[in-house]
Amino acid sequence: MHLQLEYCLILAAALFCIGIYGLITSRNAVRVLMSIELLLNAVNLNLMGFSNFLDPVGIKGQVFAVFVITVAAAEAAVGLAIILAIYRNRDTIDMEQFNLLKW
Amino acid sequence: MNLAEGVQVVSFGVLAFLVLGTALGVVLLSNIVYSAFLLGGVFISISGIYILLNADFVAAAQILVYVGAVNVLILFAIMLVNKKEDFSELPRRWIRKVATALVCVGLFALLSTMVLITPWAIAPQPEIPLANTIVTIGKHLFSDFLLPFEIASVLLLMAMVGAIILARRDFIPELAVEEPIATALTLPERPRELIKSEK
Repeated sequence: MHLQLEYCLILAAALFCIGIYGLITSRNAVRVLMSIELLLNAVNLNLMGFSNFLDPVGIKGQVFAVFVITVAAAEAAVGLAIILAIYRNRDTIDMEQFNLLKW
Repeated sequence: MNLAEGVQVVSFGVLAFLVLGTALGVVLLSNIVYSAFLLGGVFISISGIYILLNADFVAAAQILVYVGAVNVLILFAIMLVNKKEDFSELPRRWIRKVATALVCVGLFALLSTMVLITPWAIAPQPEIPLANTIVTIGKHLFSDFLLPFEIASVLLLMAMVGAIILARRDFIPELAVEEPIATALTLPERPRELIKSEK
């Protein structure tokens, strides 16, 4: 019994599903951003598993993971700035009240 | 990685338990500050799994960028918007939660069956694992991934400028006192009198 690719992929799938559950059901806007970070980490975990088990010599998966980390950092900065701007305008962070574009 | 295989499996199990437990805490706890700190726990456990998968550089980058930057940024955002507000109860909200949970469990079942029945093309592990992953990653970044690397730097610049512009407070200036605009559109010299030219 040794470490296998399937363990990594199933763990990443579980993390992804938890992230989607939090993304849809949470009402605090900051918690939505945290769920997005969970999703990106699940994808990263997949990339690292593939990099280690399918391409152990030329580790291209790790390069992709570095790019994903970059994009995640940029996304967190811009997302938090947007949440701050919304909070100043509407004076709430309840996702259910951000319905300016509804109908 | 020079650990015995049993040690690898056991540490993977412990780390996976930590990842799933802290991720469930992030999603389910009601206090947002606890969620933010547990998010740091998720990131640290995931970097441990990266070390198990022979990726030391990415594990270090994960801790530096996620725990050091993103998590601190989220904590600052929580401090900036901390207002105790009790969200108003919505009717039939539990239906949404149950439906979402069902969809997520179904998605997980679908993904795990797909993972288990796919014949992965497992490459044979090299006898000696890669001694220095930083050198390999650097070679990739400056040869065949050069264009994405440069685009990523431009993306970071754009994100920084965009975040500053979005989060900046707009000062609305007081209305300036109306000053009479003096002779902006009049010619300085008069046109010549027509009557004099007739004479």
